Formats: sequence, C-alpha cells, structure tokens
Amino acid sequence: MAVLNEEQTMLRDMARDWARTQSPVTAFRKVRDAGAAIGFDPGAFAAQAEMGWTGVIIPENYGGSDFGYLSLGLVLEETGRTLTASPLGTTTLAAASALILGGDEAQKQAWLPRIASGEAIAALAVDEGARHDPRAIAATAYKSGDGWTLSGTKVFVAEGDAAHLFVVAAQTGQGIGLFLVPGDAQGVSRVSRNMVDARSHAEIVFDKVVLGADALIGPENGAGLLDQVLDRARAGVAAEMLGLAVQAFEDTLDYLKTREQFGEILSRFQALQHRMANQFTQIELMRSVVEGALEAIDAGRDDIAEKVSLAKATACETLHLVSREMIQLHGGIGMTDEHHAGFYIKRARILENAWGNAAFHRERFARLAGY
Amino acid sequence: MATAEMTNPADALEDFRTEAAGWLAENFPKSLVGKENLLATVEGGGDSDPEAVAWKKAMGEKGWGTPTWPKAYGGGGLSYREARVLQEEMGKIGAWNPIGGMGVMMLGPTLLEFASEEQKKIHIPPICRGEIRWCQGYSEPGAGSDLASLKTKCEDKGDHWLVNGQKTWTSGGQWADWCFALVRTDTTRKHEGISFILLDMKTPGVEVKPIRMISGTSPFCETFFTDVKVPKENLVGEPGQGWTIGKRLLQHERTNLSGGGRMSRQHGPSLSDMAKRYVGTDDEGCIADTDLRMRIVRHEMAARAFQATARRVMLESKGGNISLASSILKNVGARITQERAELTLEIMGMNGLGWSGDGFSQEELGATRGWLWGKAVSIYGGTTEIQNNVIAKRILGMLDHQ
Repeated sequence: MAVLNEEQTMLRDMARDWARTQSPVTAFRKVRDAGAAIGFDPGAFAAQAEMGWTGVIIPENYGGSDFGYLSLGLVLEETGRTLTASPLGTTTLAAASALILGGDEAQKQAWLPRIASGEAIAALAVDEGARHDPRAIAATAYKSGDGWTLSGTKVFVAEGDAAHLFVVAAQTGQGIGLFLVPGDAQGVSRVSRNMVDARSHAEIVFDKVVLGADALIGPENGAGLLDQVLDRARAGVAAEMLGLAVQAFEDTLDYLKTREQFGEILSRFQALQHRMANQFTQIELMRSVVEGALEAIDAGRDDIAEKVSLAKATACETLHLVSREMIQLHGGIGMTDEHHAGFYIKRARILENAWGNAAFHRERFARLAGY
Repeated sequence: MATAEMTNPADALEDFRTEAAGWLAENFPKSLVGKENLLATVEGGGDSDPEAVAWKKAMGEKGWGTPTWPKAYGGGGLSYREARVLQEEMGKIGAWNPIGGMGVMMLGPTLLEFASEEQKKIHIPPICRGEIRWCQGYSEPGAGSDLASLKTKCEDKGDHWLVNGQKTWTSGGQWADWCFALVRTDTTRKHEGISFILLDMKTPGVEVKPIRMISGTSPFCETFFTDVKVPKENLVGEPGQGWTIGKRLLQHERTNLSGGGRMSRQHGPSLSDMAKRYVGTDDEGCIADTDLRMRIVRHEMAARAFQATARRVMLESKGGNISLASSILKNVGARITQERAELTLEIMGMNGLGWSGDGFSQEELGATRGWLWGKAVSIYGGTTEIQNNVIAKRILGMLDHQ
C-alpha cells in the first residue's frame, strides 16, 4: 500500500466499508440476474455520487474535490474487490480525463460539473476492432459549415448503453482528434452486446453526426492527447484489476483454510502453500506498479507512459494467474454459477482486454525503452 | 539536520541537497568514477589506491556510508528523505558508497535493535568507518534450510563462553575480522536453546578453509571452532534469545543482499544494448531476435516492478514497521538476478561460456563467472522454497505442513 495522506486513508476506508456492507458480490449477482443492458446498478452509482466519489479527479471549480488519480484508484480498487457494477471508472476517470487534459473552459463548464455530480455519464469511444489499437481508427470527422460531421463505428464501448456523452476518436485529416458527441445527437445509434461480465460494452454507430465547432477537444492532430487520456484510463482499469486480484486471492485463501480432504485442511499442503506464496508475491509486485503509475500521473512525471504500460501489463498477467488459480483451487465448486469465482474470471478477462492486453503493453514498453 | 523540522521541510531538503553536493564535490575524487569494487567491502582491497583509501575514510568519518544510522554510534543521522537525496547526489557525479559488507547490511541494524549500549558503542562505529569486516556463522553441515537444528556448542565456563563446532558457507570467512554466530547454549530446547554471539576471528582455535565453488572462486569457507574462548560480554541479548535475533538479522539480509539494497541497482550495460551489439538490429532498430527481445522486455519489466516494490518497502517501513511486501524481495530479487545472468549468456552465445584466457573479453568472462556465482542467490539466506514457506505460514497464516 502506497504511503497515503489522511484524506486518502479516510477515502480508502470509507470505500472499503461501503463496498463490503452496501455493495457485496451478492449485489453484483442481482445486477447480473436482472440482465439489464445498462449493466450497472443506478442505486449504487447514485450512492457513490452522493459520497463525492464521482468528483475525485475533477478540479474544485468544476464541482470536484481534486484529490487525484491515486485517490480515485483506491476507490476503484475497493469497489473492484466486490465487483461493484458502476460506471465510476469509465465516466469520472477515463472520459473526464479527456476534458480535464484537453478541454477548453467552455467545454469543461458544459460537462465536468455534470460528470462530477454523477448526473451525466460519459464514455470513451476509441476502438473499432476486437483488440485495442488506438492507431487503427477509421472514423472520420470532416469540417462542415461552422463545425464537423462525424461518422464511424466504435465497438465494445464501456458504459455505451447508458452514456449521455461520448468522447470519440476520429480522423480529422490532420491526424486523430477527440470529439464530444452527446448521446442523444441525431445519427447516434447503439447496439447492446451481451458479454461474459454482464456489464455494458455497446457498439455505437455515428452516422453523419453534425457537431458544432466546439465539439473538438484539443488539437486536430490530437494523437498525443489521446495517448495521455488512454494512459489514465489504463491506470484506472489497473486499479480495479488490483481489487479483483486481491479479493480473488483472499477468497481462495479462506477456502483453503476451511476445506478438508484426506483428513487435512487444504492449507496444510505444501504444494498449495507455495502456489499461494507465488500469487501473493505477484500481487505485491502488481500493487507497486499500479500505485506507481497512479502516483506518476498525479505528479505529472515525464515517464507516465512507461509506468502505465508496466502497470497494465503486470496487472493483466497477475490477475490472469490469480483468476485461474481461484477456479482451480476451489475445484468443482468454483465452476458452479452459484459460486462467485466465475464472476471474477469473467470480469478479469474483460479488463485484461480493456485498453490493451499484456502483449500490447509489453510491446509499447519495449518501444518506449528503445528495445 | 536538527533545523530540518523548524523550516519548510521541502526547503530544508533542498538546503541539505546543496550541502551534500558541496561535500561530495570536495571529497569524492573524480578518478574513482566507475571504479567501484563491490567485493572490496567483503574481501578488502582498494587499499593500494590512496584516493580510494581517502574516500573511504572521509565517508566513514562523515557517517554517510551508513546514512540513516544514529550519529551517536558513528552513523550519518539522516532522515530517509535526506538519505535519498544523498544517494541522488552521489549518482549525479558517479560517487559510490565505499562502506558496506555484512556489518552494514545485516549486523549493524540488528545490533541497533538488540545490543546493549556498551556493545553498540564498541561494535557499530567501526562498521560505520568500514574498519571491521564481519562474517556470518549460521549454517552448519547438518543445518542448512533447517537452521535451528544447529549444533555448535557454546558452554558457560563462568568467566567466559567456550565454543566448539563447525560452521559452513561462511561468506568471506577468510578475510573477516569478526564473526557473528548462532550457537547452542542449551541442548534440551531447539529454538530457545540458541544464542547470538560475537567472536573475534583471531581467537585461538578458529580455523578457516575456503571452499572451491562451480564458479572457480572461493567466496565461502568452512569455519572450525575448537575450544574457542569468547568473553562473556560478547553475547547479544539474553542466552536463548539467539533465534529471535538471528531471524531478525535474516530479514535485513533478505532485504539487502538480493533485495532492496545495493543489489537492486543494475551494473554495467543494459541487456538491450548488449543484445543489439551481439545479435544486431532489424530495419526499425529493434533487437533482431524477436523472441529474445520479448524475453528481455519481460525481464526488464519484472526488474522495474521489483525496484518499485523495494522502494515501496522502504517508504512503508518507516518508523519501525515491517512492510508485508518485504517478504517477497528475496525471492523476486534472486529470480531477477539469475534471469539477467542467463539472458546475458544467451546474448553472448558461446562467447558467454569462456572460462579464462584469450578469445574472450573481460565482460564475457565476468558474465560466465557471475552466472555461476549467482546460483547461490536463491540458496543462501533462506532458499526460495524456505521463503515460500515463510510467506505461506507467517503472512498468509496457512498452517504448518510439518
């Protein structure tokens, strides 16, 4: 655990307490069973907004508390532990970062206060294929009249079913630009996708959507801005993954301490002890790099990209390991729908794919380091 | 830095930076850049170079070789932040720490915690000045991973202790001035029968025989004790408290030896540069062997995660806390050290397997020997398997398998 200040400790404890008592895994099961396309619990999100978690990275003059990315990461870790179904990370971290980093005063005024209050949900619409590739963008935005006309199809857009606002990456002719597209704009249509984690990952079609000149965030060749936004989104996902890994590991450990075979508690078997010691080791390494990435963002360091790719690659590999071990070490019971082990491995694979898998981030790290 | 708390801490830290940079510029001879000999703190050496001698003396007197130890015992009395600033300033000019060895890494911190005031005053200042080389008398031929089964006998003879027995894998035993050892003062109880003593290697009855290893070197010794008389005041803590003290010392060893200490810094060229030199590059300037390239990347990322964890452990361990993450440093550090050595060999091909003589560069011969020597890292100070037992039992609370 990073060394926290008093506010961060309070926030973390509050999030932990809330997740355990108000949003346990059984709450996620209800969302899953309900099968609604929006894929989250509006009540849980409203409660989070009530507690101010929707404004953690947003500056105070736009209705946030400006506590920083590590602080929001702590919340996402705690709610990730219990698989809380909420758009918190997507709207208030990923999409809000685009406005904070690239938005002008009017754009910030128009959206940040609404995101900070939880009234508006924003989503990041970048990828157009099944594998993350921010360079492979075919969506276009042409200048027309005073503004822009945007067309293209974005796939697996997290929280796409409920979003009030999309931050869309599109080719401007000068490069890749980021555009603010209201969810109710003419020409925007959504197709829900039913995925293993029962959360929202919608296909969004933008058909000649007419936008004002003020729709463009940042420059017309904004690939650099997109990279910065994606790095924040990746760090947020990594924080959620840390929560999943820690909880999956703890639940497995608890199980080994209660299950008996051959007249022995399973945790007495050295073969299992060493597998758990190995997972513990990997999770500690994961925590160091995930917190390191969030701290680097807060400190505005110049090696954020490297640190984020290190964090996301490590998070992917570690959560992959821990979620597989969770099933194997629980045995048959872990494969039943009645048990929650399946929820963890399903959400884990979705998050591993989100904004670049381990291989993507190893290659990115290698390029950045000149290998 | 008594004034540090009085003013703005950030300003005080910058003042200290200026002070440290000034002192280093005055005392570190530029001729010593790149001449750090990591073995010197164990084996001695460097004595022939008067500038190295002067540098060691200056750092020793300033206490900055042991920057966070109390001034009262010859340490630098710096805060962790100041120590980090000092390290940064040293890094900027290529200055290295000439004070090291087991006294610094293991014994000193243990004495600070458990020794009597008099023992601290006698034994810590020479460690800070780099004057006394210490060795560790722990393992025995019949007590390796099961260290607590050690048999070296230590009898109370009224006005002295009488020690008889054999230790093995005594690192640097042939060069050491003193030895800290675990001995048995009570044969009726296993863990509670062990005591921690300090022993002058020049005492009659102490005999040292170097052991030749697969690397061709003899960094370890067998040490024999035959009727060795040890003064009463050389027992640390209480008789029977040795296991507690000895385990605490191992924590320092595990953090330092292959963990967060000096070893976590990588020396020499990066694997990537080496691979480009030996294997070549593709059209984009990347390492030509794509399979090797990705394994180097994985290794480098693991090393970075390890360094981040070592830093986290240091920050979390302020104020006497022991970070849970410290328990993983030994295993991870060992894994990374050995992986780096194996990758280096792979990069060099047959040139990385030369034993001596013509046809091989110094770098290549060093890689071969370092690779073989490095196999010790996952064995000494608690094997990887023992470390996993410790994590499973002490941290995860899984029950004893025995």
